Amino acid sequence: MWEAMQFEFMRNALIGGILVSISCGIIGTLVVVNRIAFISGGIAHAAYGGIGLAFYFGLPPSLGAALFSVVVSMIMGAVSLRSKHRADTIIGVLWAVGMGLGIILIDLTPGYNVDLMSYLFGSILTVPKIDIWFMIPLDIFIVLITLVFYKEFLAMSYDEDFAFVVGVPVKTLYFLLLCLTALSIVMIIRVVGLILVIALLTIPPYIAERYTTSLGKMMVLSSFLGTLFTVVGLWISYNYDLTSGATIIMVAGLGFFLSQAVDLLMRRAHLSQPRM
Amino acid sequence: MRPYAIEVKDVSFSYDKAPVLKDVSFSLEQGDFLAIIGPNGGGKTTLLKLLLGILKPNKGVIKILGRSPHNARHRVGYIPQTTDFNMTFPVSALEIALMGRLSRLNLGRWYSREDRSKAKELLRKVGMWDYRHTPIGKLSGGQRQRVFIARALATDPEILCLDEPTASVDPEFESDLYAFLKELNKKVTIVVITHDVGVISSHIKSVACVNRSLVFHGEGHISPEMLNMAYQCPIDLIAHGIPHRVLPTHKEK
Repeated sequence: MWEAMQFEFMRNALIGGILVSISCGIIGTLVVVNRIAFISGGIAHAAYGGIGLAFYFGLPPSLGAALFSVVVSMIMGAVSLRSKHRADTIIGVLWAVGMGLGIILIDLTPGYNVDLMSYLFGSILTVPKIDIWFMIPLDIFIVLITLVFYKEFLAMSYDEDFAFVVGVPVKTLYFLLLCLTALSIVMIIRVVGLILVIALLTIPPYIAERYTTSLGKMMVLSSFLGTLFTVVGLWISYNYDLTSGATIIMVAGLGFFLSQAVDLLMRRAHLSQPRM
Repeated sequence: MRPYAIEVKDVSFSYDKAPVLKDVSFSLEQGDFLAIIGPNGGGKTTLLKLLLGILKPNKGVIKILGRSPHNARHRVGYIPQTTDFNMTFPVSALEIALMGRLSRLNLGRWYSREDRSKAKELLRKVGMWDYRHTPIGKLSGGQRQRVFIARALATDPEILCLDEPTASVDPEFESDLYAFLKELNKKVTIVVITHDVGVISSHIKSVACVNRSLVFHGEGHISPEMLNMAYQCPIDLIAHGIPHRVLPTHKEK
């Protein structure tokens, strides 16, 4: 891996992967405890509509995806509050329509053949420097917002009704969280692609939840696990010439099953101990 | 004149088409101790959520301490029904108690020393200070409920609302809780949703039977007629092992 570091694209990939893992750990934790994984999946896929719009109008694709997914996330948030019983269906529709829109718009864009696969499965090895300059302020922004509103996010995530009763503006925080989620997703698409966003967003927090006693620690451990999966996945994909996004997810999946197995064994051991 | 603790006028509410509550009216004096009884699905929790401003009525007016529920939010303490929700959530008893100190005013600021000493005082009061660093999922049902009581009291409420506080806890906790509430009632108006018509009847001052409609009784005893109305089936009021009378004496036929 070290000799690979002399290539600029590998350095960018590594830095990008770490930056994404940090936001992934923080936002992913909030996604998991607020049970908005489905909305996050919807945002990720609908983001493709933004990529299509960006190509059609000749804008930078990351910018198009960012703006479009923020708008879509606000709509999905409103739907999930308004019509709770059918929210999942409507989110599913937006999910599909967003993707369809993106593909049609790219078909209509003359003379430009976009590599669809790089958006579906990510292309961390082609992350340009400009994207890293976009990730750094976003990471700082996410960390700051989370620090400032930590106790409110904690109260909202744990017990929304109680938080509302004491006067926490839970709806505003919910939309803020969706907005941050949308921006993080645009970053994550660079690394693992829109199909695999959910895995990188939810696997590290899911594992971290069992080994931590506070939301803050869960965020830190998730970020660390995300970094570990990304770096190991990147290393394997470089050495064996595999699709980087898919490899990273396979490593994360392996971590997920390992933690499940360890958990199961520990519970067995605990049960077989003689009772006092 | 002091405003009513709770004033409800012609309130109706429905989630979909079928009304959950219809034309509900009652008023509760400050310092009262109200038990809300009724069958499951009869609208008890919905009524409580309307009083707290979590839900908004389709029709009618609700006033809490003379204001709209939204503007009275910080003056009402709330202990939600806690049937095993969020058991794996990584949060300690102390962090939960501190949530009672949240408000619109300290948005985005850290808890003050005063907030922390208040949370400490209340966790001591409910006997949970020694467990302050324990994750909430590792506590027993009764211990968890004590933490939620500390959290609700940390808001310095003038009205305390409890939604089935003794569901899934040990019987010992039950009698402790009602003694605690009786003491608290000297300063705080209390509204409690309950099925424990036995234990509670010696503490309460009024009763509301809720089953889509609401019948309010200003006296503190629960009669068989009220239970029949509320549950629409005769209920056995004889509670075993409870050392006080549930029903006023009535003659044999």
